[in-house]
Amino acid sequence: METKNIMIVGVGGQGTLIASRILGGIATTAGYDVKLSEVHGMAQRGGSVVTFVRYGDYVAEPIVEPGQADVLIAFERLEAKRYAHYLKKDGVLIVNDTRIDPMPVIIGAAEYPEGIIEEIEKEHTVYKADATAIAIELGNARCFNVVILGMAARHMDYAVEDWHKVIEKTVKPATIEINKKAFDAGYALAE
Amino acid sequence: MGNKKLMLGNEAIARGIYEAGVKVASAYPGTPSTEISENLVQYKDDLYCEWAPNEKVAAEVAFGASVSGVRSFACMKMVGFNVAADPVYSAAYTGVNGGFVLCVADDPGLYSSQNEQDTRAICRAAQIPCLEPSDSQEAKDFTKLAYEISEKYDKPVVIRTTTRLAHSQGFVELCDREEGHDFKYEKNIGKFVMLPANAIKRHVIVEDKMAELAKDAASFEINKAEYRDTSIGFISSGIPYTYIREAMPNASTLKLGMVHPLPTDLIAEFCSKVDRVIVFEELMPVIEEQVKAMGIACDGKNIFTRLGEYSANMIREKLLGQAPAAPAATDIPNRPPILCPGCPHRSTFYTLKRLKLHVAGDIGCYTLGAVPPLAVIESCLCMGSSISSLHGMGKARGPEYLHDWVCVIGDSTFMHTGVNSLMNMVYNQSTGTVLILDNRITAMTGHQDNPSTGKTLMGETVPAIEFEKFCRGIGIENVFTVNAFDVDELTKTIKREVKEDHLSVIVVKAPCALIPEARSKKKCVPNPDKCVHCGACLKPGCPALTRNADGTIKIDATMCNGCGLCRQLCKFDAITEVE
Repeated sequence: METKNIMIVGVGGQGTLIASRILGGIATTAGYDVKLSEVHGMAQRGGSVVTFVRYGDYVAEPIVEPGQADVLIAFERLEAKRYAHYLKKDGVLIVNDTRIDPMPVIIGAAEYPEGIIEEIEKEHTVYKADATAIAIELGNARCFNVVILGMAARHMDYAVEDWHKVIEKTVKPATIEINKKAFDAGYALAE
Repeated sequence: MGNKKLMLGNEAIARGIYEAGVKVASAYPGTPSTEISENLVQYKDDLYCEWAPNEKVAAEVAFGASVSGVRSFACMKMVGFNVAADPVYSAAYTGVNGGFVLCVADDPGLYSSQNEQDTRAICRAAQIPCLEPSDSQEAKDFTKLAYEISEKYDKPVVIRTTTRLAHSQGFVELCDREEGHDFKYEKNIGKFVMLPANAIKRHVIVEDKMAELAKDAASFEINKAEYRDTSIGFISSGIPYTYIREAMPNASTLKLGMVHPLPTDLIAEFCSKVDRVIVFEELMPVIEEQVKAMGIACDGKNIFTRLGEYSANMIREKLLGQAPAAPAATDIPNRPPILCPGCPHRSTFYTLKRLKLHVAGDIGCYTLGAVPPLAVIESCLCMGSSISSLHGMGKARGPEYLHDWVCVIGDSTFMHTGVNSLMNMVYNQSTGTVLILDNRITAMTGHQDNPSTGKTLMGETVPAIEFEKFCRGIGIENVFTVNAFDVDELTKTIKREVKEDHLSVIVVKAPCALIPEARSKKKCVPNPDKCVHCGACLKPGCPALTRNADGTIKIDATMCNGCGLCRQLCKFDAITEVE
């Protein structure tokens, strides 16, 4: 199989590392070669963070490069815009339709761009949802990342049961059920 | 899938340490090397591991363990290798008894560092063998091999990684731990005591051993010539090798697993069989210059930059003439890292800003005090430098100059090398105000313990070194401890001390907002009816606070840690703290 390139982008502290653990877990279930690359350290303090996941018959480099992403999973709109050029021509954007102001916007040194999703929609297929609102409705705002993963799962090569198993192994025991519900909610959205 | 597991490069190195039968490991945390030690803890029934106060200590601990006859390990980020350089350069002369391996993590692209130095160049200068893996499996295999090389050639050996390798995951085949690598200690003053008369003899051995290793390296399996299309032959190592495999899978490659000393015979042979040689290496032209010194024409830094990380697209554009991929969006706001909501440093820096003081900074989360809107830190060089810089300023310009200055240093950084600088201030009769920002943890690298936290890497509870007692112990009389969130008290203390012509230390204490048990149960809640839109609460730049369209304040309840700083700054009682 040709290598599939997935990216997760977001704001440090939003739970990108847990999402990448789940993606890594699912990628190992099908016997493909897998590589993942994450950002640790300074950027995790509220900076822009990115995780790359690649799987296929043989994966050499651990990163996804501009113009190569099959699926871009963005936990926030501005981060979707920052990394949209990583998408392939037929690449798909899954975006949490929410806004987190970066410090230059908070202090009035820059403006948060308008119409981000509309602009990306001109070039790429976009699936958007206010995953944070869905997660709050399910009972835990922090599960929004798994809602988004559920949406992305539609564009990956793994069965729902396998995702559930990986979620069971990855998240804290107390949050397994709510995370599975969050996944299902996201999966249903991207239909 | 057998016994295969997806592992970070750092996790794989830890596994390699375990499997190699290592018995002692010491380290100071530093991105991107930290997870090695954090992963070693799981093997604590079989090996001893610790956080040392700094990298020099860690390297010396590993040296001592090696002299005693067991396999030992130390790891650090590349700037930490500078701190450890003193023992390391001389350990290259003494050699080892039990295998002695260091892992040093470089950071091309500056994800979390203050420079882009190249560890391979230091290994060359120190005459220390250096191995460079290109994925997690190799990270584990090379670590084990490093012990064999260390013992066979009587050398400390460096595993050089980069951020991309350290923080990427790939499959690793797990093996069992090997035991039985202990050696008997035999008194050998000529080998282990670096007096000039001994060192002069050891230097001869250093050169001989390196020459022998360079010759043997031609047949090492980790140095692999792979002949495909021979019109271009790449010489590369580490992660950059994987970019060649992506961009030009048909090109011939000489993949060097050992980057110092270079296998010159193998390089000569490879270069004779390809039409054009290109050295593809991040950062310095370490390999390229040596290939050229062999009289072989090659390309390298004339095509590819010394700056930052490489990529497969770089090869596609520079060598295959492919059009660059779509450019990144321009004119969009950056998202720099910031102090977290509830961070005690925000309160401290806002206080320093209001007092209009200049600040000499240091290495840690609090370096973010240099970023707007706080932007109070005016210098930051390396671990421990804040205190010595302040001392230098005072000696240059006199005590009065320091009435407008303070220096800030974190708890772990103070333990690392700040102590030396403070002793210098005492000894050389300095004035000045030193703020120790004690947030009870080594925060930036992801919450590691240090001598002031009362816990060890292996989880034991131990007596914590107390800053106040320590400072008094070395003869400082003016030592004060203040709660970081008590803005009034903090303001009063700093204001008073900077004007005094004496040395004072203010321990500014409050736990990191990310320590779960330290988290406040409170939340700050705005009251729009009382809000006069003055914006005083917004000034410290807490990301939880924004304005509503009508100018009143909005506080994001999921972000707020209830630190109460904004509440203290509001003169109109428009913010309250609720349980």
